[in-house]
Amino acid sequence: MNSIRIYVPNDATAIACGADRVARALSEALAARGIAADIVRNGSRGLFWLEPLVEVETPAGRVGYGPVKASDVPSLLESGLLEGQPHALCVGLVEEIPYLKKQTRLTFARCGIIDPLSLDDYKAHGGYRGLAKAAEIGPAATVEEVFQSGLRGRGGAGFPTGIKWRTVAATPADQKYIVCNADEGDSGTFADRLIMEADPFCLIEGMTIAGLAVGATKGYVYCRSEYPLSLDVMNKAIEIARRAGLLGDNVMGSGYAFDMEMRMGAGAYVCGEETALLESLEGKRGVVRAKPPLPAIKGLFQRPTVINNLISLATVPVILDKGGAFYRDFGMGRSRGTMPIQLAGNIRFGGLFETAFGISLGELVNEIGGGTASGRPVKAVQAGGPLGAYMPVSQFDTPFDYEAFAAKDALIGHGGIVVFDDTVDMAHMARFAMEFCAHESCGKCTPCRIGSTRGKETLDKIMAGERREANLAILTDLCQTMKLGSLCALGGFTPYPVMSALTHFPEDFGAAPKLPMAAE
Amino acid sequence: MHASGYEPWSAERAAQIIADHQHMAGAAMPILHAIQEAFGFVPDTVVPMIAETLNLSRAEVHGVVTFYHDFRREPPGRHVIKLCAAEACQSVGARALTAYAEDKLGLEMGETSPDGRVTLEPIYCLGLCACAPAGMVNGRLVGRLDTDAIDEIAAEASR
Ligand SMILES: Cc1cc2nc3c(=O)[nH]c(=O)nc-3n(C[C@H](O)[C@H](O)[C@H](O)COP(=O)(O)O)c2cc1C
Ligand code: SF4
Ligand code: FES
Repeated sequence: MNSIRIYVPNDATAIACGADRVARALSEALAARGIAADIVRNGSRGLFWLEPLVEVETPAGRVGYGPVKASDVPSLLESGLLEGQPHALCVGLVEEIPYLKKQTRLTFARCGIIDPLSLDDYKAHGGYRGLAKAAEIGPAATVEEVFQSGLRGRGGAGFPTGIKWRTVAATPADQKYIVCNADEGDSGTFADRLIMEADPFCLIEGMTIAGLAVGATKGYVYCRSEYPLSLDVMNKAIEIARRAGLLGDNVMGSGYAFDMEMRMGAGAYVCGEETALLESLEGKRGVVRAKPPLPAIKGLFQRPTVINNLISLATVPVILDKGGAFYRDFGMGRSRGTMPIQLAGNIRFGGLFETAFGISLGELVNEIGGGTASGRPVKAVQAGGPLGAYMPVSQFDTPFDYEAFAAKDALIGHGGIVVFDDTVDMAHMARFAMEFCAHESCGKCTPCRIGSTRGKETLDKIMAGERREANLAILTDLCQTMKLGSLCALGGFTPYPVMSALTHFPEDFGAAPKLPMAAE
Repeated sequence: MHASGYEPWSAERAAQIIADHQHMAGAAMPILHAIQEAFGFVPDTVVPMIAETLNLSRAEVHGVVTFYHDFRREPPGRHVIKLCAAEACQSVGARALTAYAEDKLGLEMGETSPDGRVTLEPIYCLGLCACAPAGMVNGRLVGRLDTDAIDEIAAEASR
């Protein structure tokens, strides 16, 4: 008889919600009952409202229970957890949960299914087929495949990944680098974290393919210090890959060399900006560099460098495995493929939802996300992180697409959506945006460094009702100066959350309340 | 992890840490992290040591230490409580919860208690935005925080 397999997630969200205590309680209870079972720690599916989501393998498939507390363990076992029997916490077959079933998981296909540090699991679920393909077709065809997929950078700017790779491939140098941007500083995002903690070999494979494609033999992952678990899992995975010959002088016997290491950030949001990140990797202050030169020409240590967001890189294996055309077939307009959308904040079903571009914001928030966690009406969402606009419910018909968001002065960014209910004070949020910019500014340009502090002070005056009209004019003017006079998007985009809050919610800034509409 | 598990300052030990990392490309950051992991902070006396080894000016190393929010120039409290102050946590009441914690601990954000027992500080997103409000207590991740959880954390930090 096969032994019983129970899955207890171990990503940061599951652990922050008590998964380690659940795993301990389970193993103790099973030992006390003399039952032999394997407890597999399986990353996470990204259905975070259910975490810790305990799963048990049954002939029909994996049956889930969640959110489980350690104190639930005795009653779960008595109800027949091991046979997948009903219980108040039972969510049935996990693959049938609509939230998961409605997704198109390409980049996140393995997350929550496999043991993150098992190479056998990884390979059994399609791992390293992409690299095998890349080694077979060679560097030029690999770059072309990525170009054909239509993949655009998932870090925010949406630049075509294939074009970036072409530039690096075409620039001769004694040394080239692959740098993975895992700084993921945007509030409301956790996609990079989930890959590192639930499917780390996927990133290793993606970076290795990138190295092969452009002729780089060394990679760095710059991971924020707020992700201690990601750093730990990645370090272990890199070691395992090295021992298995999947990193090193002759990767997978292909004749190509590639190795990589983890580096830890130090709490500076601006180090997510690619040139500041490179400065930081070089051991300097994270001050933004003027462009040109592009990092693709002169990047890390002045060498040609591919710097990509983690999700861009982790999507490369599936593109190589299934082909650029397969990936390009998903999506709308110039937004091809899938996007891991992260539903966060005051939302009932918070988690990761990977889907083809084109789904509307309203469907994401209300249908998939189930509205607010508080049960109160949604007032606004902030999309695309701290530099993204606040969008009111009247914009919920906007399709999730780079261009459609840009047309509304909004940002897809890294795919985070933070939901706020009607208790939020938008003037507070506008002030926070300025405060955050002041806190994180690298100091290189005056409009960002000084302007953000002035902006915060001006908002304080507006909120206190002091010379409201005059101060609103000052704020608007200041935002314009920051937009035009900042070197990078920290200073340049902070005006978006500020001005969108002001435009859509003037009543929170002391304007006379809008008259109720005659009809909805 | 924290709760005062740090080594007492030792110049020899610091020199060893620097030597262990000096050959890495861009060694300054890994060295500073390792120093802080050992001693809990980056003492000013270590700056010239790093500068000399890496062939940098003191001003350059000092500039790096002061640029990054993570690096401390003073020892932290024996317990370190970080509460997330970013938007997703705010959307589910982090502001009020922070005020509650400040009250409970008798500290403002960014302060260490005079007896060196506890440090309370903000952190900007832990990627736990779907189980917010979130925080980190002595290196341990915590989510779905409420006032009861803050009471427990405060009790832990009173020891
Ligand atoms: C202030 C600021 C912060 C940023 N933070 C991140 C980040 O955390 N992660 C990321 O991938 N890109 C971030 N970016 C975007 C990067 O500069 C860059 O566009 C990206 O790493 C390129 O990779 P991609 O083409 O794969 O998206 C940030 C940009 C700015 C201006
Ligand atoms: S906009 Fe701000 S963060 Fe960006 S380069 Fe200028 S000062 Fe630095
Ligand atoms: S905003 Fe608090 S954990 Fe992300």
